This record gives sequence, C-alpha cells and structure tokens, in this order.
Amino acid sequence: MKALIYVEQRDGKVRTATLEAAGAAAALGCDELHAVFVGDGLAADALAGAGVSKLFLVPPSDSYSPEYHAAAVAELARDGGYDIVFFAATQRGKEIAPLAAVGRRAAFLGDVLELAADGGGVKAKRSLYGGKLFGWFSAPAPLVVTTRPKMFAPASGEGEPAVEERPAPAAPEKRAVLIESHASAGGKVDLTEADIIVSGGRGMKDPANFAILEELAELLGGVVGASRAAVDAGWRPHSDQVGQTGKVVSPQVYFAVGISGAIQHLAGMSSSKVIVAVNKDPEAPIFKVADYGVVGDAMKVVPALSAEIRKKKGG
Amino acid sequence: MKILVLVKRVPDTAASIRITGEGASIAQDVEWVMSPYDEMAVEEAVRIKERAGAEVVAVSLAPEGAVSHIRLALEMGADRAVHLVDSQPDRDAWSTAKALAEVVKEEAPDLVLAGRTAVDMDQSFVAPAVAALLGLPFLSSAVKLDLEDGKAVVRRETEGGHEVLEAPLPCVVTAQKGINEPRYPSLKSKIKAKKKKVDTRPAPEFEALVKLETLAYPPQRQAGRILGEGVEAVPELVRVLSEEVKII
Ligand SMILES: Cc1cc2nc3c(=O)[nH]c(=O)nc-3n(C[C@H](O)[C@H](O)[C@H](O)COP(=O)(O)OP(=O)(O)OC[C@H]3O[C@@H](n4cnc5c(N)ncnc54)[C@H](O)[C@@H]3O)c2cc1C
Repeated sequence: MKALIYVEQRDGKVRTATLEAAGAAAALGCDELHAVFVGDGLAADALAGAGVSKLFLVPPSDSYSPEYHAAAVAELARDGGYDIVFFAATQRGKEIAPLAAVGRRAAFLGDVLELAADGGGVKAKRSLYGGKLFGWFSAPAPLVVTTRPKMFAPASGEGEPAVEERPAPAAPEKRAVLIESHASAGGKVDLTEADIIVSGGRGMKDPANFAILEELAELLGGVVGASRAAVDAGWRPHSDQVGQTGKVVSPQVYFAVGISGAIQHLAGMSSSKVIVAVNKDPEAPIFKVADYGVVGDAMKVVPALSAEIRKKKGG
Repeated sequence: MKILVLVKRVPDTAASIRITGEGASIAQDVEWVMSPYDEMAVEEAVRIKERAGAEVVAVSLAPEGAVSHIRLALEMGADRAVHLVDSQPDRDAWSTAKALAEVVKEEAPDLVLAGRTAVDMDQSFVAPAVAALLGLPFLSSAVKLDLEDGKAVVRRETEGGHEVLEAPLPCVVTAQKGINEPRYPSLKSKIKAKKKKVDTRPAPEFEALVKLETLAYPPQRQAGRILGEGVEAVPELVRVLSEEVKII
C-alpha cells in the first residue's frame, strides 16, 4: 500500500505524533511512504530517519485555514493514487483529516489505537463509549486515518527523503481562516503527548494548591492535568480536563491527586501505563484502577514526594 | 437568521455498556441522552435566538421512536425539528453525514451548529463532513462564538494557548466545553415544546464505507497496591517510581 503522512511541525521540529503516524504506516506494511508538509520552514533533514522516501512541500496560505490544508492533502492523495493518508490525531489533525477524507472521497477512521492490513483495506481498533468498549472496524482503500498519539512506535529508517515542491491547491474561496494566535510561554507539551501527567481534582481544595502539582510535574518532566470538578470550579483551563468530555491521555505514568475516579474521568486516563493515586479516602474508586496508591492528604504527601525525588536526584 | 443544530442521541455517560448478540451491537436498554456537546450546540443556538432573533431547527438522524433528545432540543428552545428515521443496518459516519447534508441543503440555514464530537463513537467526523460535502467553511471546537458582519468568529483553546478563526456565513461550527452551560428546560418551556413540530421522515440511505466488525471489553485494570498512609508511604513510592516504573 502507498501511504501519505501529513506532517505537523512544532518549534521547528516534526512532532512526535507525526513520527508515530509514520510508524503506524510502516507497521501496517505500507511499502511506499511519502509525506506532505503545508507551510514554510521545515528543515530538509527534519524527516531524516523516519522511513519516508519523499517529502512534498506545499506553499502556505496567507493564514492557516483547515480547508486549504485539506485541499492540499486531498489533491495530492488523488494525484498520487495514495491508498491511505495518515494524520496524527492532534487538534490540527482532527480538524483537517475529515475535510481531506471528503475531498478524497475516502473512508475515514479517526483516533485509531491499532491497525492491521485487511485485503486492500485496513482493520482498525478504536475506543468507543468513553473507553468502555473497543471496536474493530474495517474499511477499504482509499482511506484517511488519524492515529492517537502515544499508541504507535515512531517510525525509523535510513536516509533523508527527496524533496518535491507542489503548487498551491485549488482551495475553496469561502473558508475558515486564522486571525489571531496566542501561544502560552514555554510551549507546554500537550496532555495527549505527555509521558507523565500529574492531575489534580476537587480534593486540591484551592487553585493555589496546584503549585505543588506543578512542582512535582516539573521534577518529573511532566505536565499538569485536571478533573472536571477542578475545571468547573475555574481552577484550571478547560484544555487541562482529562476525561470523556476532556482529553483522552495515555501517558507512561498518570498521577491522580485528590480525584475520586468517576467513570467519566476514568474514560480519559484508564489507558495510562501506570496509574498512581493519592487520595485521603481509602474507599475512593480511583484505587480500583490505580497500580500504586497512597492514602493520605495530598497537601502533605505531594510536597514530601517532591522533596524525596529532589533528594534522590541530587545524589 | 436560521440556525440548524445537529443532535445525536448517545448512552448516558454514566451508563454501563453491554455487548449483545453477535458481538457488534450494544444492549439498547440503557438511558439515552443527547450527546453533551450537542447540548452545548443547542444552547448556543438558543442564546443567539434570544439575543438577536433566529429560527432554530434541530436535526437528528435516529432510530424510529428515539425522540427524547429531539424533544429536549425543543424544550431548550429550538423552534422545530427534523427527525430522519434511520433504518439502514450498516449506517456509518459517511452515510450519516450525507443524509444530514441533504437536510442542511434543503433548509439552507445561515449557520449550522453541532457538538465537537459525539461521545459514543467519538470520531468528530460528521459535522466537518457535512461542511465539506456542501462546501461550507468549518470552525471546530468553539469556546466562544460571535456573529458579526456576515461572519462567524470563533475562539478556541489550543495546546497551551488560544486562537481566533473566522469564516463567512453560512458555515459549520462545533461547540467545545466552555462555550456555555446548557440550561435545564423549565416546566413552561416543556409544555410549550409539546406544540412544536417534528418533521418525521425516513432517512435517505447511502453506501457505508466503514463497517463495525466486533466489539470487545477493554482489559479490566486490576487494583494495585496501596503503598501506605500519608508521608510514611513516600519513600516506598519513590522506590517504586525509580525501580519498577523507572521514571526517576
Ligand atoms: C456528561 C458528563 C461528562 C463528564 N465528563 C468528565 C470529564 O471529562 N472528566 C472528569 O474528570 N469528569 C467528568 N465528569 C464529572 C465526573 O462525573 C465527576 O463529577 C468528576 O470527575 C469529579 O471530579 P473529582 O474527582 O475531582 O471530584 P470529587 O468526585 O469530588 O472527588 C474529590 C476527591 O478528592 C479527595 N480528597 C479530598 N480532599 C483531599 C485531600 N486533602 N487529599 C487527598 N484527597 C482528597 C476525596 O476523597 C475525593 O475522592 C462528567 C460528568 C458528566 C455527567
């Protein structure tokens, strides 16, 4: 099968989630792996070692537009006869991929967890009903697939791709365009791509107490998440919410601090590799899914944990 | 101004879901609700109507008799509804989008609203597909929506920041958590909704591209080890994180 990978870049580097999408394509047995980048400033060697043999560069539109990106991908997918187009299921990927699927008249499988070849098409595993079930779906080529971050091993391979310039696509005149963009300082890693997440819930009692979670997260190279109760209280932004109506995350380690473990919260984090819970209530449902639990007051346990880690790191 | 809202019924997020039959369908005896993000879309439409005047039409593709979520949209303030009664056994997201797009085309609204995703299949495909099928601009995951000078202006949160996008009307906008708090209908609005019209008709059938083959339960996570109580447990936790989990 011939596959095309939509490349996303961040801070001058190809995003890990993109490399994982390429890894998914390679693991599926796609023998021809090409990539497309819409925009300026992708270094020629950015995809070195990613197993991609050709990189198409499409000039950017004046301002980001999902329809423009989708048109660029759909045109190339059609012209090049690609069987399957991969996007990472990031915010941008999730927005552009369905539009590209319609443009290509291709079957769509979103946010897939596993893939297997199936005749001329694929079988894909997806998470349904807030993680309460898995579904296996089959679909024929041509296809558009988005891969959930952290579910596939990043691609590896030899050499750099050959670069080929493409003209601007025939994008619709009427389209959505970006008019303002405000990035937070420091470029926080997105929850869905983080290896370590330290989440706080209503048990944190006060927004100021999240400082102890920030401290622990920083020590471990992780980021802070939250339960809906903490978000609804206005303590944390909506983008920090983990769960069925928030983000679905699969980090190496998920710390649930002062979080009871409601079913809608579990929906967002139960595919974490390791779950550590800190809760003062020994009966809290979170302990039913946690690999390691500490029963106690978060305000005491978390600072002690940070101090101990710092001591250990200090040698 | 005419606003169409696409609404879907899903099992309540607190319901436990059971697999039945040959392993590709779920037990239907769960509590069905309107998908939470669709509720936000309805709320947003009704607020625009209350602010600036508009006709709000709720549209849903749902099995015969599955009307409680459609009624809820009317109780929240939608003026009328279209119920596309679905009897296609292999209905997928593509054929759903095509069926809904026909209604959007026929109604020719100024704005189409929908939830960011439906919390059952969670694929975020149908709303953008309707947009793309009809050549309408697509603005996703709005936490704020303003309509001005024939344009929709949407604010949304990004990975560590926020951004603003705009598109000319008519366009398709999806609602993200944070855009509003959906209302609970008052008794008065419930009574009023009884007189509102639901146009019930068969959903057109289209070829399905994606087939659900099997359903399975995820492996149950086993309860792990309680390492201890309070700060006394911290040394053991650090040992575990360093020796077993290997992150320190
Ligand atoms: C449609 C719908 C969608 C939803 N979506 C989501 C979602 O996406 N994400 C989500 O998280 N929730 C979601 N919820 C809400 C969910 O049902 C719970 O209400 C929510 O997760 C509770 O958050 P919490 O665990 O922080 O608070 P609580 O349930 O109040 O738990 C607080 C916990 O903190 C502990 N605690 C208190 N003080 C301390 C202390 N000093 N030290 C240690 N522990 C302490 C308590 O023992 C308790 O277990 C949704 C609900 C609905 C109906």
